[in-house]
Amino acid sequence: MTLEMYKANILDHYKHPRNFGELPEASAKAHAANPLCGDELDYFLKFDPQGKVSEVKFTGRGCTITIASASMLSEKLTTMSKEEITKLTTDDILKIIGVPINPARMKCATLSLEAVQQAIGHH
Amino acid sequence: MTSLTAIKKDFPIFTHHPGLIYLDSAATSQKPMAVIDAERKFYEEYNANIHRGIYDLSLQATDAYESAREKVRQFINAKSIHEIVFTRNTTEAINLIALTYGQRLGTGDVILLSEMEHHSNILPWQKLQQEQGVELRWWPVTDQGDLDFAALPGLLDSKVKLVAVTQMSNVLGTVNDIKTITAKAHEVGALVLIDAAQSVPHLAVDVQDLDADFLVFSGHKMLGPTGIGALFTKEKILADLPPFLRGGDMILEVSKEAAIWNSLPHRFEAGTPNIAGAIGLGAAIDYLTGLGLDNIWQHEQALVKYGLEKLGKLSGVQIMGAGAGQLGSGSLGRGAIFALTLTGVHPHDIGSILNDLKIAIRAGHHCAMPLHQRYNVLASARASFYLYNTKAEIDALVSGIKKIQEIFA
Repeated sequence: MTLEMYKANILDHYKHPRNFGELPEASAKAHAANPLCGDELDYFLKFDPQGKVSEVKFTGRGCTITIASASMLSEKLTTMSKEEITKLTTDDILKIIGVPINPARMKCATLSLEAVQQAIGHH
Repeated sequence: MTSLTAIKKDFPIFTHHPGLIYLDSAATSQKPMAVIDAERKFYEEYNANIHRGIYDLSLQATDAYESAREKVRQFINAKSIHEIVFTRNTTEAINLIALTYGQRLGTGDVILLSEMEHHSNILPWQKLQQEQGVELRWWPVTDQGDLDFAALPGLLDSKVKLVAVTQMSNVLGTVNDIKTITAKAHEVGALVLIDAAQSVPHLAVDVQDLDADFLVFSGHKMLGPTGIGALFTKEKILADLPPFLRGGDMILEVSKEAAIWNSLPHRFEAGTPNIAGAIGLGAAIDYLTGLGLDNIWQHEQALVKYGLEKLGKLSGVQIMGAGAGQLGSGSLGRGAIFALTLTGVHPHDIGSILNDLKIAIRAGHHCAMPLHQRYNVLASARASFYLYNTKAEIDALVSGIKKIQEIFA
């Protein structure tokens, strides 16, 4: 059932996204978009001298799954190294989100991962 | 007037999916048994290639394929079957014109497009802009969702060689006054291509009355199979166009050096065509004309009125083109398409939750990104209606939207 996607915590992250905003002093940033629905995310990352994420922010617009996934991922990123971020997979994202995502919405769920990994690649 | 209330029983999909509320006919319509039977009958009883065999089966197949062409001719009231070319769909038909007629256009020539075009009536012309220096000129829409007829005199001049315009918007539902457009275009010597993909399923179309130069549509939006569509071209224009694809069936004679092209319309149908699809399209035309296009239009107009009233009452719901097609707008009415946005809820979420309620709608930009940009809408949720839809299904849509609003409250 699709409605399982709309659990309270997902809706909460959608309505009150964590780490929402820009990070002007970011050491890595990237933009990812899904032109099919106009969703877009900008991810900003800052690393500490040990190479771990010290601060993360994102802005953008999108559906519940896009925003909730970006918000939930942002919470996981702090203290992760670039290498750990590079190794994140779609399955990891789905675990973080924790609700069933149907194939039509997979792109929404993974847009944040795309942005974050792009940010690392372009660092 | 024929009652359309019991019509769902003609469509097997509704037997396989009891309770399905299918509101995506602008993307593709469901198929009545008559169409499915016609295709199956061809494969089971007289499958053979056309225009070649001496044997009975081939003659029977040829006869059925050409009868389907005659049905298309009658359906849009073309003068001659020479003017009817079968294509895969609307998109292929537009590309055919762009790649034949369009090859003659270059720097200094203008193609006039409306802002409410589907991507398939934009991209083939952008290719001519990029590769041949043709200028694309955009005919704006009004805030209400009608073509801005006040702007037309300033857009039409002798540089305009082609006006490419939809007869019915796949987002706003606006029914454009094609007859006025062809009259004005012809005054400056421009030809007119009409995208009738959304109109022919719902309203009677007469290419002679419209004075259309090109008119294109797909079978699958009008109860027919996928993979079959039609291109109407005035015979004197088509006779002068070079072939589109080259190969079997489009020639009379081939030597190692050259070929003599076949007569119209076969010159434009290279290779074995979608025979079953054409026969299925013929069956769809029989089905539609049996019910009467005027009856279908009346049925859908009742849905438009009811839908605008019920959906319009919901707070936070904005319907694109809600006010389109009114008297004095220059348009001829409005079809049963509601592309809507819901404050605070993304169209994908609308689509997902409605799916749980067995309501099928489309979410996105519906292959009309420039139009969505015009109205500053990123994406919309589109419910589109056809002859098998009912007022009760509009009620279901309304309560579905209310449920979404509760979830996101």
